[in-house]
Amino acid sequence: MAKQVGMEVSIAAAEAVKLANVDVIAAYPITPQTHIVEHLSELVADGELDAEFVPVESEHSAMSLAVGSQAAGARSFTCTSAQGLALMSEIVFIAASMRLPILMILANRSLSSPLSIWNDHSDVMSVRDCGWIQLFTENSQEVYDHVFIGYKVSENHNVLLPTIINMDGFILTHMFEPVYIEDESVVKQYLPDYVPKFSLHPDKPVTMGAFAMPTLFTEAKMAQNEALKASYPYIMEAWKQWGDLTGRYYNPIEELHTEDAETLLLTMGSFGETAGEAVKAMREQGKKVGLLKLRLWRPFPFEELRRAVSGASKLVVVDRAVSFGGPGGPAASEIRSALYDMDPRPQVHNTIAGLAGRDVTVNDFIQIVESAETKKTDDYEIYGVRG
Amino acid sequence: MAKADIEILWTELEPGCVVTEPGSSKAYRTGDWRSFRPVLNKDRCIQCGLCWIFCPDMAYAQDGEGYYESNPEYCKGCGVCAKECPTNAIGMVEEEEPEL
Repeated sequence: MAKQVGMEVSIAAAEAVKLANVDVIAAYPITPQTHIVEHLSELVADGELDAEFVPVESEHSAMSLAVGSQAAGARSFTCTSAQGLALMSEIVFIAASMRLPILMILANRSLSSPLSIWNDHSDVMSVRDCGWIQLFTENSQEVYDHVFIGYKVSENHNVLLPTIINMDGFILTHMFEPVYIEDESVVKQYLPDYVPKFSLHPDKPVTMGAFAMPTLFTEAKMAQNEALKASYPYIMEAWKQWGDLTGRYYNPIEELHTEDAETLLLTMGSFGETAGEAVKAMREQGKKVGLLKLRLWRPFPFEELRRAVSGASKLVVVDRAVSFGGPGGPAASEIRSALYDMDPRPQVHNTIAGLAGRDVTVNDFIQIVESAETKKTDDYEIYGVRG
Repeated sequence: MAKADIEILWTELEPGCVVTEPGSSKAYRTGDWRSFRPVLNKDRCIQCGLCWIFCPDMAYAQDGEGYYESNPEYCKGCGVCAKECPTNAIGMVEEEEPEL
């Protein structure tokens, strides 16, 4: 039986990585992901987890090590935040192109400058097109569960792509909350040992990460793009299987009070819980407001989104990053594009909020909705900015 | 033998473009990159094999008489063999444009 305990979300994440029985951990400390690797280091040192714990000299090396160990056939894990992701980003793209099913937890934090250690989504949006499966989580349980789900999907031979689990820095990483810790037997049943499709072994030599001339590169990118799109049904299947085992089911877009909603809020990550409270409060006042929580960022759930917004007249997308000099927030930009061919389609208003961990409260979400409802045209605004 | 790049469909690529056939670089003829070709003066050659050792493309092979000759299908014309030859037996000669 799963046991519900209260613990820091980072510790729960590390406990999940232990239960997933990883072989290699590439660790470099950076706030706010540090508690995850610190706890993993204790688990390895105490003999609770039989894995190679490699304290590398940079995040560039962390991802390089994960690429190497995964290529050798080892289940590999790393995690990082913001500047760390920026430093490793060269290899992040390579890991996906080489189709290596690494799992990375990204404790989302603002990219400098000004220097900030707090949460927003500028880091993950900088690698939007890196080719990984990318998911957002809103609480401890979702982080915990997606460690197993992530490996299950990634290592499927029909997928073979790495997965990023986004968890908001501090808001989740340093939060204590209850989480169901699964029995080892349940995890073993769900997540079999890693069987690589290809690995570096002298008995069966292969070349990985080779050079391609312009005559082949287009075909390579077509194959990569199709592979990421084709991972969608396997993600759905992995969620269903996890739900059948644990009772916790997940969807590409989670919906709250959307049935007759005229205005829909859309959020990603930990915003979801606060926005959910705001929607409940507005419902109590008789307002037809609903919430969409976008969990699956890549592959992007186009059909699910179009279905979820049909019937609404206004969609308020709350971004946690800025696309400088561009169309506002990166999520809203993609959502507008995804809905362009819909007729009728909701007017999409975009609010950028919560940069570098600035609090966005229940009242703020209510204000964001009320403000958007008065807007006549598609636009974006940066919420709560002074001046 | 591996297919030429130009014949490969995207659906035929292994995940991550993994190359499963060892030694497939043999199918990739780099000789047409060459603008200079090595020419051996057998009077000076002492058959030491340094050209064979240093050749980055393994284009050199020993003939029946013990001399080392580069294979024009793979030799890129880099000139490492000429630079390393201890008796200056290898000269680099510019390839000429074919007359059209």
